[in-house]
Amino acid sequence: MATATASATSAGQGGFWSRRRKLRLQNHLLTYLVLIPGALLFLYPLLWMLSTSVKPKDQIFTYPIEWIPHTWMWSNYGEVFNQVPFWTYTVNTAIITVIGVVGTLFGSSLAAYGFARFRFPGKDALFVLMLSTMMVPIWVTLIPSFLMFRWFGWLNSYLPILVPAFFAQPFYTFLLRQFFMTVPIDLEDAARIDGANRLQIFLNIMLPLSRPALATVAIFAFFFYWNEFLLPLIYIQDQTKFPISVGISAFVSEYRSDFALMMAASAMALAPPMIVFFLAQRYFIQGFVLSGVKG
Amino acid sequence: MFNSDLLRREAIQGYLFILPWFVGFVVFTAGPLTAALGFSFTDWNGVSALEWIGFENYIQLSQDSRFWQSLKVTLVFTFFYLILNLIIGFALALVMNQPAPGMRLFRTIYYLPAVLSGVAVAVLWSFLFHREFGALNWLLGFIGIKRIGWIVSESWALPSIIIMELWRVGSTIIIFLAGLQGIPPELYEAAEVDGANRRWRLWSITIPLMSPTIFFVLIVGFINSMQVFTQAYIMTRGGPNYATFFYSINLYQTTFRELRLGYASAQAGVLFVIIFIITLCILWVSRYRVNYELV
Repeated sequence: MATATASATSAGQGGFWSRRRKLRLQNHLLTYLVLIPGALLFLYPLLWMLSTSVKPKDQIFTYPIEWIPHTWMWSNYGEVFNQVPFWTYTVNTAIITVIGVVGTLFGSSLAAYGFARFRFPGKDALFVLMLSTMMVPIWVTLIPSFLMFRWFGWLNSYLPILVPAFFAQPFYTFLLRQFFMTVPIDLEDAARIDGANRLQIFLNIMLPLSRPALATVAIFAFFFYWNEFLLPLIYIQDQTKFPISVGISAFVSEYRSDFALMMAASAMALAPPMIVFFLAQRYFIQGFVLSGVKG
Repeated sequence: MFNSDLLRREAIQGYLFILPWFVGFVVFTAGPLTAALGFSFTDWNGVSALEWIGFENYIQLSQDSRFWQSLKVTLVFTFFYLILNLIIGFALALVMNQPAPGMRLFRTIYYLPAVLSGVAVAVLWSFLFHREFGALNWLLGFIGIKRIGWIVSESWALPSIIIMELWRVGSTIIIFLAGLQGIPPELYEAAEVDGANRRWRLWSITIPLMSPTIFFVLIVGFINSMQVFTQAYIMTRGGPNYATFFYSINLYQTTFRELRLGYASAQAGVLFVIIFIITLCILWVSRYRVNYELV
């Protein structure tokens, strides 16, 4: 639990310096003693998933556990495609995710710009109102929304999941507003003098300058829509329209004991979020800094 | 004259930018919320004629043992999950905030599970928790712990879900890291010069300055954990013997299995009130405990 002990490295004298260095080495050793076993523990479930997913059936129910398969059953992955339309699920999930991300960016950035750059009566009250809707549990609006979407004839389609995405999500709006407010206003002023209107300024100046923040929101929204389960569970009835989440859920209740297939399916469902995570890591920390957790 | 004209124009443009949010707020939040409140005073299955029954649903709720069980499970889960998530997240963030080599790698590993969620993770953990062939009991066997029933055991099922959720502590770590990196190092240097020891620095610099972040994590975590659904739905369906009968599982059953829409609306309304009151309490406490200066 050593905090920033080693922040001042510019110490001058030899004796003092070597004492510090010893202390620092000791600190590092302790740090690794905590972090390395912890890291292995955090990776353990994923390694277990990968190992199980390529095991032959007779090796899954062995004890003590054999981590290395005697035959590498890569065919387990293919078998998932034979049992369920996994490819269709993936395409469906991708459709939901892409449109969901686009919608989120659209609505949230518009509202965020409105809250960040305009003066109008009731702005603060509306902003607080928006933030307070984060407290409304999805369960409260679920039944009336369901009835409304049924009345629209939207059941068994992605519209109940995707249309609301275009109408600004409070948390992302908040995040983007925080970022927009850090952008110097001079550029916008210059464009206004040149006769650009506010929408043009928003599209041509603010959005390009806000690429990192937009990327952060896009990534968060990606994970949200990729993993979304409750709404498709409720609204989608056709198996051919299932996203991966609902597809796997149905798959599990059917093949409860076929762990190899289930782990292979899980691995395939988790691969895209992992890839996005590795590609876009730096935007995460940025997102949390943006969310204004510093007061 | 010119000035007020300009102000009016600015206000109108501002309203136009936040219009998508406002329309969404009315159609997808405020409207359904009001309708749900109305439904909660009725007996209705969504098809037949709607029958007004006054406070009957609320009276019935107060005598419904399933309701009380679901509330208890959810609150117990939320309490232990929030406390553990906060402590583990904070401790790991402190450890990772040190300038030792390899920290980037550790951050990546610890954060990775946090981007994975939903059905696939629940499926993965249900096998990890398997009593006979699961990797968790196998690992615990090395330190002499006898096989635990985990999700099939009445006493272990809820702790199992807490453990699974704690695997995803990474987002809390990252939020805390972002906060820790915002603390000016001069403060620690000054404290060091004054001869403050580590524990003193933790309690009088780090924790007070991190209090906005701590409350942020608490509030967001609280609102989310009161609505936990997917994990329990996939892994235990509320069992064994109602041990993981979360509020949302009860709501799902009342709504979509029993089609008691009025009764479910009353339940959902109560959940909203609970979330609202406790969130306001946390916010109220934070006003007195949080140090916003310097941050």
